[in-house]
Amino acid sequence: MSQQRKQWPLWEVFIRARSGLEHKHVGSIHAVDARMAIEHARDLYTRRQEGVSIWVVRSSDITASDPGEAEALFEPAKDKIYRHPTFYAIPDEVKNL
Amino acid sequence: MSASPAIVTHSASAELRFRYATYLGDTSLILAQRLGEWVGHAPALEEDLALANIALDLLGQARYLLSYAGEIEGKGRSEDDLAFLRDPSDFSNLALVEQPNVDFGHTIVRQFLLDAWQLELFEKLQASSEPRFAELAAKALKETRYHYRFSAGWVVRLGDGTEESHNRVQAGLDALWRFTSEMFAPGAADEEAAAAGLGPDPASLRAAWLANVEQVLQTATLKRPADVPFRWFGKRHQHTDHLSHLLAEMQFMQRTYPGAQW
Amino acid sequence: MYTQGLDSLGADCLHQATDAVTLEQRFQSKVDADERIEPKDWMPDAYRQTLIRQISQHAHSEIVGMLPEGNWITRAPSLRRKAVLIAKVQDEGGHGMYLYSAAETLGISRDELIEQLLAGTAKYSSIFNYPTPTWADVGAIGWLVDGAAIMNQIPICRCSYGPYARAMVRICKEESFHQRQGFEIMMTLARGTAEQKRMAQDALNRWWWPSLMMFGPNDATSKHTAQSMRWKIKRFTNDELRQKFIDITVPQAEYLGLKVPDPDLRWDEQTQHYIHGPIDWKEFEDVLKGNGPCNRERLETRRRAHDEGRWVREAALAYAEKQRARDTQAA
Repeated sequence: MSQQRKQWPLWEVFIRARSGLEHKHVGSIHAVDARMAIEHARDLYTRRQEGVSIWVVRSSDITASDPGEAEALFEPAKDKIYRHPTFYAIPDEVKNL
Repeated sequence: MSASPAIVTHSASAELRFRYATYLGDTSLILAQRLGEWVGHAPALEEDLALANIALDLLGQARYLLSYAGEIEGKGRSEDDLAFLRDPSDFSNLALVEQPNVDFGHTIVRQFLLDAWQLELFEKLQASSEPRFAELAAKALKETRYHYRFSAGWVVRLGDGTEESHNRVQAGLDALWRFTSEMFAPGAADEEAAAAGLGPDPASLRAAWLANVEQVLQTATLKRPADVPFRWFGKRHQHTDHLSHLLAEMQFMQRTYPGAQW
Repeated sequence: MYTQGLDSLGADCLHQATDAVTLEQRFQSKVDADERIEPKDWMPDAYRQTLIRQISQHAHSEIVGMLPEGNWITRAPSLRRKAVLIAKVQDEGGHGMYLYSAAETLGISRDELIEQLLAGTAKYSSIFNYPTPTWADVGAIGWLVDGAAIMNQIPICRCSYGPYARAMVRICKEESFHQRQGFEIMMTLARGTAEQKRMAQDALNRWWWPSLMMFGPNDATSKHTAQSMRWKIKRFTNDELRQKFIDITVPQAEYLGLKVPDPDLRWDEQTQHYIHGPIDWKEFEDVLKGNGPCNRERLETRRRAHDEGRWVREAALAYAEKQRARDTQAA
């Protein structure tokens, strides 16, 4: 009975809480176009002054990495500990390093 | 009720400021009340939220203006006394805003015509000789810009959407257009307020309003209805039957339980 | 969110670890370690289905829950109360949207979920099938119903499913004003005229038992509890949360000078808990099955809004399509 009716497409919403901070993913809304998506994001996600700037992007335009590939993508970074400052032994008396 | 020169010379009397504040405040209040009827019943959840946001802005304006009116009147009447204990004939809101919601098309047209008017009004009201009006206008102008963005967006979407939506929004426009003439007409508190430097001359708002409205209607492929000589004005306390019904509902608690605190 | 990639996901995962048992073990050990499950992670189908059911029921409850209080927006007794009520009912709509949005990450669309609601096949909290005949009901709902909801919801902020937990954090933060405004209304009434006090007591009488039922059936008869706790979708049992609610709420009623409508209610020194009288589970079942005072009205109201809004939603889509066509032509 449920005939395939078209629904308003899904958009992901990113909000900058204050200037100086990055935009952060907060959730999604439905809208027919970008203008409406901004309005809906504003009306839903900034009711309590949560933001000063909004990005919206069609959910279908996001490419996400595959969790199945997480090991291949992210684990090789694990043993490169020399990328972190704590890897290097510097005597305490040496300052400003 | 017409502007007699004798009153105008008492520039910005308390009595005039009271009448001007209730004119603007009642208009915001009654529209907020109408929008409140939508909450929980809108065409999409997103629109429930949008309409509630606009209602809250308008209600905020109304509270500011009615509190101020009560203050300036000096009889100890609060915003609630003015909202809930005045009779329909004491209200001076534009008749446009008391018109029923009918459907989303009518609601959007009503909102759009009012938003476009408030844009011009608040822009100019910022220069009011009364700081309280100027302050309200500066805040309300920002709110109105968003309301206008929302309602104009929907007028275009519905006008240029499907055949059904086009017909419905055109019907709303045809039904409501006659109520726009009072926005710019003389013979009420706003004209006197203009003479006293409290607010803009209502007639002066028309050109920009019309240009704006016509442009949006054109984009929306809608036809601007012809102007008709409609002269029953809410701002002169000449209301349609809808207001008393609206108030009967809105004022029910305060009328039923006089003197109680809520 | 990210619903698109879900169809192909199963196959990809099976490539990596062909053994379903291994996948299930890995999943459970992640849950046991209090790690979050995210939309594209492998999850047992029953976990996905349980979440879809629970999150969508929760979302439907928010949306239907707009109606009993929304009933009073046009009649709120002061402008301040009117503003608060609009903001509160609006929040409920917003919370429904956060939750639908979380459910959509599981590969089901909001439209499908709403269709289930309107078709009467999905459940929502049966509390919203009770009427709101007086203004005091707005107070009682904020105080008791939101109070019970918050009690239920706080543990879900640590739910194993990331999007649900995050939605819940936002919701709990926003709802803290809901309960307070309700209590404030009750307090004003309880200190008001005799009529107002009677109104408050009457509302407490009507909302008390349905609020206790909001925590769901007794643990002994609750069929989903054990599995949901193992998956960390649920963290406390129905009875534990109900007890907590009673222990907190009874003193509040005393403060208001109102009487909790339970003749068997008493404080138990030994356990340091209130002991309450028997809950009428028959009523709960009846309301759940659609025979509460307002079940029909609630669904009819939602259906009407949906049907009467169809032309608007379609027009917006049609307009956007035209615009896209114009843009491509112009380009």
